[in-house]
Amino acid sequence: MSGWRHGSVGSQIDRATPLPFTFDGRPGSGFAGDTPASALLASGIRVLGRSFKYHRPRGLWGMGNEEPNAIFDVTEDGRTTPNVRATTVMLRRNMALRSVNTAPDAARDRTGMLDLFNRFLPGGFYYKTFMAFGWMRWEPMIRRMAGLGRLDPGHCPPADIPQFNARCDLLVIGAGAAGLAAARAAARNGREVWLVDDAPEPGGSLRWRGGDIDGGDWLEFTRDAIGAITAAGGRILSGTTIWGAFDHGLFAAWERRDGSPDRLWRIRAAETVLATGAVERPLWFANNDLPGILSAEAALHYLSLYGAVAGRRILLATGNDASYPVAAALAQAGCDVTLADVRADTPATPDGVGHLRAARLTHAHGRNSVAGAVVDGRIIETDTILVSGGYTPSVHLHCQAGGKLDWDTGSDSLIPRPGSSALRVAGAVNGSFSLARALAEGHAAGRGTGPAPRAAAGDWQFFPMRPDPDLRGRQWIDPQNDVTLKDIKLAAQEGYRSVEHLKRYTTLGMATDQGRSANFAGLATMAALTGRTIPETGTTTYRPPFSPVPLGVIGGLRRGAVFNAPKRLPLEIAHKARGAMFREYGGWLRPSVYGTDDEAVLAQQEALAARKSVGLYDASPLGKIEVIGPGAAELLDYCGYLRLSTLKPGRARYGFVLGETGIVHDDGVVFRLSENRFVVSASSSHAASVRMILEEARQDVFDPAKSFIHDVTAGFATLTVTGPKSRDLLIAANLPEALYDDAKLPHMSVTETFWNGHSLRVARVSFTGDRSYEVTVPARHAPALYSALEAARQEVSGRWIGMEAVMILRAEKGFILVGKDTDGLTMPHDLGWQASREKRKDEYLGRRSLFTAEARRTDRRQLVGLEIDGVTPLPTGAHLVPLEGQRRSLGFVTSSYFSPILGRPIALALVEGGRNRIGTELGVFHLGKIGRVRICDSCAFDPTWERLHA
Amino acid sequence: MQIFTCPFCGPRDETEFHFAAEAGKKRPMPAETATDDEWAEYLYMNSASRGKAQEVWLHVTCGEFFLMTRDTVTRDVTAVTPLPGRNA
Ligand SMILES: [Zn+2]
Repeated sequence: MSGWRHGSVGSQIDRATPLPFTFDGRPGSGFAGDTPASALLASGIRVLGRSFKYHRPRGLWGMGNEEPNAIFDVTEDGRTTPNVRATTVMLRRNMALRSVNTAPDAARDRTGMLDLFNRFLPGGFYYKTFMAFGWMRWEPMIRRMAGLGRLDPGHCPPADIPQFNARCDLLVIGAGAAGLAAARAAARNGREVWLVDDAPEPGGSLRWRGGDIDGGDWLEFTRDAIGAITAAGGRILSGTTIWGAFDHGLFAAWERRDGSPDRLWRIRAAETVLATGAVERPLWFANNDLPGILSAEAALHYLSLYGAVAGRRILLATGNDASYPVAAALAQAGCDVTLADVRADTPATPDGVGHLRAARLTHAHGRNSVAGAVVDGRIIETDTILVSGGYTPSVHLHCQAGGKLDWDTGSDSLIPRPGSSALRVAGAVNGSFSLARALAEGHAAGRGTGPAPRAAAGDWQFFPMRPDPDLRGRQWIDPQNDVTLKDIKLAAQEGYRSVEHLKRYTTLGMATDQGRSANFAGLATMAALTGRTIPETGTTTYRPPFSPVPLGVIGGLRRGAVFNAPKRLPLEIAHKARGAMFREYGGWLRPSVYGTDDEAVLAQQEALAARKSVGLYDASPLGKIEVIGPGAAELLDYCGYLRLSTLKPGRARYGFVLGETGIVHDDGVVFRLSENRFVVSASSSHAASVRMILEEARQDVFDPAKSFIHDVTAGFATLTVTGPKSRDLLIAANLPEALYDDAKLPHMSVTETFWNGHSLRVARVSFTGDRSYEVTVPARHAPALYSALEAARQEVSGRWIGMEAVMILRAEKGFILVGKDTDGLTMPHDLGWQASREKRKDEYLGRRSLFTAEARRTDRRQLVGLEIDGVTPLPTGAHLVPLEGQRRSLGFVTSSYFSPILGRPIALALVEGGRNRIGTELGVFHLGKIGRVRICDSCAFDPTWERLHA
Repeated sequence: MQIFTCPFCGPRDETEFHFAAEAGKKRPMPAETATDDEWAEYLYMNSASRGKAQEVWLHVTCGEFFLMTRDTVTRDVTAVTPLPGRNA
């Protein structure tokens, strides 16, 4: 219990508003404005979690998304969000924080003994040991003990996160000194600036380090910048993380909002300034992962913003100038501070601070918390160790945008190579740590005119701190994934020397902090062990997201019914009123059956009714692609398997569209309404792609001025009337007389007329084998057509039928569905349509492919029907096999139903050399058993086609 | 997310576009004069070049096929032009 709350310091907290919370079930208290991290630090709780592999006690290290240890499952209002960083969210009333990877809790973890076996768990241990002895057997145990928080199965956050697209003149990422200077400079020149920062308020490290700018307090400067940005029409997004840089200057931003749904922004800016700052590195000494060892920068952050003080007797170990103001502030706050600097030549000793020069920290002592330290062989009594190993610039977005890095000796870090990405870089991310340089660089990056904002000069000096491979004791490199210096040595010994191999072999940097505080040390160690420089050793690839982003932010509003919304029928309400059940067919929501009984039973009844009297169904999704113009016939000849220029106006022809590979892409009927006007009735699921096949030929092969293609599918509604009494129904509906005169409208013809003052198109085509009429009206007149046909249906005792019944009716006739009764190898002659292939001499899409050696094989899979004994339909997809000899697939069942009119099962199949097998028997393999089927013609019902005209 | 420029509609999000073909591939005409090998070459062989590439893309929402010159590494788009048939 060493952390404490200062009585007066703390700019962010409201001491008048205490906030109760629990940690691992025990009550705690913080203030409004606290983060869970600051509240826990101030309350003196040190052990916040257990490490991933060894279950070592771990405490707070940092202050942002670099935090490796303080990760909690957070429960609020009964909803648990796993793996929340205690440093990046605000504390709220009655928040329940649960440490992760612990049992029963962080302070008393049962599996802590794993740490005793640490020498048996080196890098690559999991791979070497468990892969060899069967990973499957061990995985459940390892998964239980390792890993982070637990998913709450009941936690289904609402899909309420809106996503916005935004554009601006300048996007400034990071609202510290450099970012503020850049944004202010640009805004003063009238540019629309978006200033984005993941902290709750602008200011960056000024918020805890303070500073004077242009002779005034930094807050004045910040207010001035905000004023300028707002005046120029820009905006400031705080609590917002830019989590990815994508192609063509796109940035993704996750905005967190208290009390309202978060937001996702897709921002494209004419220019972008990167001012993301830097993250402090730890130091490497024995037991450097003990709770009570914190980043020095973070300690100042917690003191200044929250009055949360890391400890009482503090050792601050460093090798750079940045730590001196930290030591001074803590001493002023009342701590007993010893500053141990590895350098002999240091800045002046801060007031009230004990100062050790040329002093190296080598060990920390303590079980669950720091109890002492060893500096140059001398034991120092301390309850808290603050460390600074220098800073690592946050170059992620620069690298995501394709940028390269250069080594900068002055800042002892890798910084963006100028010009290697489209981002302009300013401040600490550029290795420029002094306030004066950050402001100057920001001003320049924002293309400022006039003098840059001024501040006291004085760059920080850095001594290059590195892990010491000769030092005794365990030194942690990556605390979140439990990677030690020894693991890296092992990787180097075993030849995993590339950083990408090192990462995968040891898991360095693969935890949810993505190695922010760890990667540099791992990289530097590997460089030292292999005698290379750091730039030679390289870095791993930076990829989005910059820090973890909830999936709900990426998913946005698209969930459930709107995730992949189906197309809807104009008459959906009318069908619903009839009691239709709906399913998706080819992207359209259509009635499957009408009624509440069992779907299969209803489908049988409906199919039978359509055969006995008349059935009506909604065929609106049928494609209606108009091809218009003097070049229309020529275009359709080229795109179709059957010639269409020979079709007479008013007539219809069934045919196929092939790909250039000769494979059947779609089938359907084409109507010629007049000399230069066709309607391609593509199948509902292929209408969009057929349109594009036509478009490609129109634009690439023909004169595009001679034809025009217009997909009007959604503009019309089609109701199909089918069955022996279909003509009676049209008469009863008082449709124009011309329609039911078979001389004027024979099978495979079409006519356009007027009805009730609007256009009406009726086609005699049949998908059922019975006399049928497809009646089409503009979609807005669909209700009138529906009412007229419904009244007539009652007169002739017809029945509405859903798609399940239609499927039975078409299968009885052997009519195919492309994609169901065909596959990616099926050519038209496999379906019995060989005439075009044999007779057509002109050029058409896919023709050449119909004459390759493969296309000429006689054992190609061909469409046939199947007959079986008994009443149970065959399973769709079951493979057909020889009855004798070696078992192999000869094809498979593509459609299978019970036919109510025939009183027996029917099926379609693609079978090797199928047509020559008609009359013979084959085996059908299903669930380990082989049954018998007879191969027959694909048309099972009315093979003489009498009913079309009945 | 890239921005492509449809010659008909202007700049749009890449999700509105589909790759159609590598440009400059000539369909053997009449196709029946092509050998099986030549036809297979036409159908299946692509150079998938690294760096500068010329391709036919489709703007799905308007149906325009057009030529795009771009760099597959830097993702720079240097030119978009309508298909030659458009200019005839
Ligand atoms: Zn377009």
